[in-house]
Amino acid sequence: MVIALVGNQNSGKTTLFNQLTGSNQHVGNFPGITVEHIVSDIRGYKNSKLVDLPGIYSIRSNSGEGMVTRNYIIDEKPDAIINIVDATNIERNLYLTLQLIELGKPMVLALNMMDELQGNHGSVDINLLSERLGIPVVPISAAKNDGVDELIQLVIETANKKQKPRRIDFCSAGPVHRCIHTVSHVVEDHAENIGVPSRFAATRVIEADEDIIKALRLSDNELELIEHAVVEMETESVLDRNAALADMRYRFIEAVCMETVVKSSESKEQQRSINIDRVLTNKYLAIPTFIAIMGFVFWMTFDVIGQRLSDWLAMGIDWITLSVDTALTAYGLNPTVHSLVIDGVFAGVGSILSFLPIIIVLFFFLAILEDTGYMSRVAFVMDKLLRKIGLSGRSFVPMLIGFGCSVPAIMATRTLPSERDRKMTLLLIPFMSCSAKIPIYAVLTAAFFPNKGGIVMTLLYLGGISVGIIAAKILSKTVFSGNPVPFVMELPNYRMPSAKSVLMLMWEKAWDFIQRAFTIIFVATVILWFLQHFDVKFNVVPSDSTTSILSILGMWMAPVFAPLGFADWRLCTSLVTGLMSKEAVISTLGVLMNVGTDALSTALQGILTTRSAISFLVFALLYTPCVAAISTIKKELDSTVKTVGVVVGQCCVAWLTAYIVYVLAGMII
Amino acid sequence: MTLDKLPIGKSAVIIAVGGEGNLRCQLLDMGLIPHTEVTVRKAAPLGDPIEISLRGYTMTLRKDDASKIEVRPKEEV
Repeated sequence: MVIALVGNQNSGKTTLFNQLTGSNQHVGNFPGITVEHIVSDIRGYKNSKLVDLPGIYSIRSNSGEGMVTRNYIIDEKPDAIINIVDATNIERNLYLTLQLIELGKPMVLALNMMDELQGNHGSVDINLLSERLGIPVVPISAAKNDGVDELIQLVIETANKKQKPRRIDFCSAGPVHRCIHTVSHVVEDHAENIGVPSRFAATRVIEADEDIIKALRLSDNELELIEHAVVEMETESVLDRNAALADMRYRFIEAVCMETVVKSSESKEQQRSINIDRVLTNKYLAIPTFIAIMGFVFWMTFDVIGQRLSDWLAMGIDWITLSVDTALTAYGLNPTVHSLVIDGVFAGVGSILSFLPIIIVLFFFLAILEDTGYMSRVAFVMDKLLRKIGLSGRSFVPMLIGFGCSVPAIMATRTLPSERDRKMTLLLIPFMSCSAKIPIYAVLTAAFFPNKGGIVMTLLYLGGISVGIIAAKILSKTVFSGNPVPFVMELPNYRMPSAKSVLMLMWEKAWDFIQRAFTIIFVATVILWFLQHFDVKFNVVPSDSTTSILSILGMWMAPVFAPLGFADWRLCTSLVTGLMSKEAVISTLGVLMNVGTDALSTALQGILTTRSAISFLVFALLYTPCVAAISTIKKELDSTVKTVGVVVGQCCVAWLTAYIVYVLAGMII
Repeated sequence: MTLDKLPIGKSAVIIAVGGEGNLRCQLLDMGLIPHTEVTVRKAAPLGDPIEISLRGYTMTLRKDDASKIEVRPKEEV
């Protein structure tokens, strides 16, 4: 049995999902688009699955997520729908309910946050609401796990009995009513053919839903009849088709709420939110507070907790590596296999795994910021800055995280409500210089710009942002042209985050990363190890050898970088190992030049000039992100071709920019 | 008068919702339909977007988009 969970954003949908299900979640993407759905077994009910659909306000086709939900319910035919409704915001929530009821599937309404409503001396006449809507209604509090057992029992029962909504008609007599009925008759047979209720087909057709109109295969004659009915309705009601139907639904909802809901005009929670917002979205305090909050999160993640955990993890991995190393030596394992295990697998996967604490700590804070409702405020405060590049304020935090590490930053794009914004943001994140590139900057500035490190670094960061802005401008005119998704967003009341959903999010992101660390990233590590330790005749060579396949690759690539002023094969090779992680650029250079990190700066002066050092820095700033980030991009884009496109595109942008900078530097220096 | 011009702290009743396509549908879905009462709460620190409350909840939209919504300011009582 499959149950679909549908509801508005901020209705407590994820909390309810976590209450109903165990830990065996499976995250999947819908085919073709990067909108995810989570499927999980329902706790205590064998062979029953719950599908968490995107948080939406409406199932109109022109909102991507709405379409996903609609198609899922029509095509996948779940046995029942749970529609979760925020009782403290019942009017707007019921709008989606009315649209869902038209789909004619067994459905139960979970009236959430009843504790909050009652805490403000509010109440809902559950029986009357159920009667008016024609579907069972269960009052619950997902956060407190109240009523959740009753809910799932009733849902299973409703699904078993295949009990459809008892009414689908919510209009009072009038032009809208007449129009819907006329159109219902016209589309009846067609609707039956594609397996949707005629009432649903009728309202979709009236609202000019092109997908449905196409699927129904209406004749010209029928289309004309429909058009006639719609025009008549528009003239009589003095509202256009979309407004007329929205008006019809909201009028019904207003009448029902009048009868069934008792609610104070402003709840304690609303008052509290207004008070918190006096500071957090205050004209003068908003931006300083935001900087302080994000500064704290970054400090905790990259300095205090995350870094410490990373160091401990690295120590642990080092210890295991050493033990295995000793054991393998004692066993007398073939030195090549030994090197594969120690230098390839352990070194590679080990260095990638040290990202893990950063991801966990960062998502701990992000989950709290999201769950409390602060992220919406950030979007509200920062929107104006990002609008100029065709994005909305929602993209601000993911991009900011990019300065720490691209991997969690790209993962964080998941919360963006539109697919377009999500993709565009993740393409821009690699331009935000991540913290792993700092060692590269440090070594090169020490060698070529002593005492000017601060200025050079600042220029590099600003350079990355500028290229990102230009890229965004170009992207929003080409690949992402067309109407950007409007920035119309709810500002939910501030709420205490639930420990469970924070932990679930941390676990989900960590698990996702671990899986990739041991698959894609593992393979990449072994390949790189192979290239570094073998020559073209597959003889083993030392890692600083000029005859290894990697070195030959570096020499081969060198002419490509000649116009940028750094044709030395060692530099090219280090850029290749930089794919593994950006820190590897410096360690590889050290190995290939046979010097320690301290002497590296001096050694680099032998193969780079100030001018070519600048272009090398610019290239390192902008070229492809590391394999961990690439695998994250692939996961989010759900396409190998597009991911390769991103990597190649990024290298081209880096080459071009470095070339321009090199030419300009030539004029100045 | 359009919604973007409504002074902060003032309430008004929506007369008509303009705009087109996606934006318009989203506004209607969020309950911004004729006869609905809205109150402008504040503007973002950079002057745009604005925060409004209606139907017992709070939302934000850009001034550009708000300028498509025709409102009638409520008389002071």
